[in-house]
Amino acid sequence: MGEPLLRVENLSLRREGRDILRGVNLTVQSGQIHALLGLNGSGKSSLAYVLMGCEGYTPDAGRILFEGRDLAGLSITERARQGITLAWQEPARFEGLPVGKYIGVGARDQEHDREHVIAALEAVALPAKIYGFRAADRTLSGGERKRVELAAVYAMRPRLAILDEPDSGIDVLSLGDIERLIRHLADEGSAVLLITHRDELVTMADVASLMCFGSILFTGDPAEARRYYTGRCRPHLETLGAQPWDASTPEVQAALASNGGPVSPLSSHAVKESA
Amino acid sequence: MSASTVREHALGQRPGWANEMAAMLEAYREAGGNPDALQLPQVATLVVSANQVLAAHEIPGVHFEAESLEHGVKANIAVEPGAKIERPVHLCFGVIPAEGLQEIMAEYDIGAGAHVEFLAHCSFPNAVKVQHVMEACIRIGEGASLTYTEAHYHGPTGGVEVRPHAGVRVADGGRFITTFSLTRGRVGLMDLDYVVSVGADALAELTTKAYGTGDDKITVREVVRLNGARARGLTKTRVAVRDEAISQVYTTAEGNAPGARGHMSCTEIVRGRAEARNTPLVIVRDDQAQVTHEAAIGTVNRKELESLLARGLDEDEAVDLIIRGMLQ
Repeated sequence: MGEPLLRVENLSLRREGRDILRGVNLTVQSGQIHALLGLNGSGKSSLAYVLMGCEGYTPDAGRILFEGRDLAGLSITERARQGITLAWQEPARFEGLPVGKYIGVGARDQEHDREHVIAALEAVALPAKIYGFRAADRTLSGGERKRVELAAVYAMRPRLAILDEPDSGIDVLSLGDIERLIRHLADEGSAVLLITHRDELVTMADVASLMCFGSILFTGDPAEARRYYTGRCRPHLETLGAQPWDASTPEVQAALASNGGPVSPLSSHAVKESA
Repeated sequence: MSASTVREHALGQRPGWANEMAAMLEAYREAGGNPDALQLPQVATLVVSANQVLAAHEIPGVHFEAESLEHGVKANIAVEPGAKIERPVHLCFGVIPAEGLQEIMAEYDIGAGAHVEFLAHCSFPNAVKVQHVMEACIRIGEGASLTYTEAHYHGPTGGVEVRPHAGVRVADGGRFITTFSLTRGRVGLMDLDYVVSVGADALAELTTKAYGTGDDKITVREVVRLNGARARGLTKTRVAVRDEAISQVYTTAEGNAPGARGHMSCTEIVRGRAEARNTPLVIVRDDQAQVTHEAAIGTVNRKELESLLARGLDEDEAVDLIIRGMLQ
């Protein structure tokens, strides 16, 4: 396999006196769906903001290589123009800005951009005639706004789509629409970094990484990641999270030290056994 | 031939009428209006250029009385009680030359139970030194509804001084919904001053939008007096200023009767060396009334900005899109 589309090397981020990311290593190949699984607060969204270059998320150490080029110092706009985009977990509300126009921003350089907007709305099961002219503001429900955000990413045809919890706020009956959209993105050549804390989505990924307290504990087969996450990791982490987590314990230190490669057997480093 | 038709015919006989009318229609288009609508027989229309009435087309239920003054026009606009006017009444005011003064003294009488919408466009496309003063007295009868939308276009130089002043009385059960927008071309100097008195079970909604650039100066003064029981009032101010423009927004809402509900919402976006101020004043004189206000003044929301940057817009493009959306 050649140079990955995205290579994250030893990335660390410290904010407000806390280590948010601790030496994260991650690779995403072109056209690949790479799930990033982890509990709330594990650093998934922070990693997304660092990758996108958001304000306040400049890494303290490490590198982000996109097609082999270091993204350090590049603005959000410059990263977007290289083909990276992000669908926010809680998308912004825009007073007065029509949905169609918002979606069209990313598609503006493409031929037939209007058709792209309509197709993008249809891809998230929002009728263009109804939603195209509505404002992307507080009058949309959380689920509608989320779909609009995903449609905006889809219309852009990015090289790398970072989707931060695309399934949150979506009703259960509509989860299939979101999965189809993710599949469409990959089928059309986009790599997808699929951030989620719900293991159900992981099965559609080609690769999955498990994130815990700012570190990647495991990268590999999605089914294995899911089994570990649901069967052992989540219960343990929920228990640990309630204590709260103590990063100085040998178990945690061992887990952090194992960052970057497959942890095998999974239970040997990742978390301490419950009493 | 009806009286209205006779008058229109007489207006059309004036020397130079055709050229002036054509210029006004073009100005109307620049202000965002549709000139074709001004020529539909079923649409009531009043067109005033400087101090000349170029067209006054009445339809059943809508009546105009207009006379020229030295520097403007005095107009009485009446909607008959109970009239339901299907199509918006179009008003077109403007000054085509680079310099001039236009004073519009207008009285609006919306009869009890009438429902009507006005679309007013004010255009000063060539203005270098133009003053436009509107002194309006608006009476909305019991159970009547008036929606009044006013859009301005001032051209690129900032040479316009516009002073829209209105006193509005909404009788019991009436509705007054107005939107004033000055978001295309330069503002120049804008001094908006509305005072609205709202009766029992009546409603007033005032929306003001302006986009100041260069050394534009924007002043908005709005007073809503909720005098009747269960009266409702809303002021919504959306202003963006950049360069060295200045905006000052003074809104007052008075809850003077039981069950009155008022809210003031002000959003101002500031860029460059511009300055924005908001001074809300809440007065409550009844223990069963409630008035609230919210204001957000400053730079654009970071999350909104980053969302657009992540689609490839640069910062200026993104800010402009956010501002245009807010002023939509």
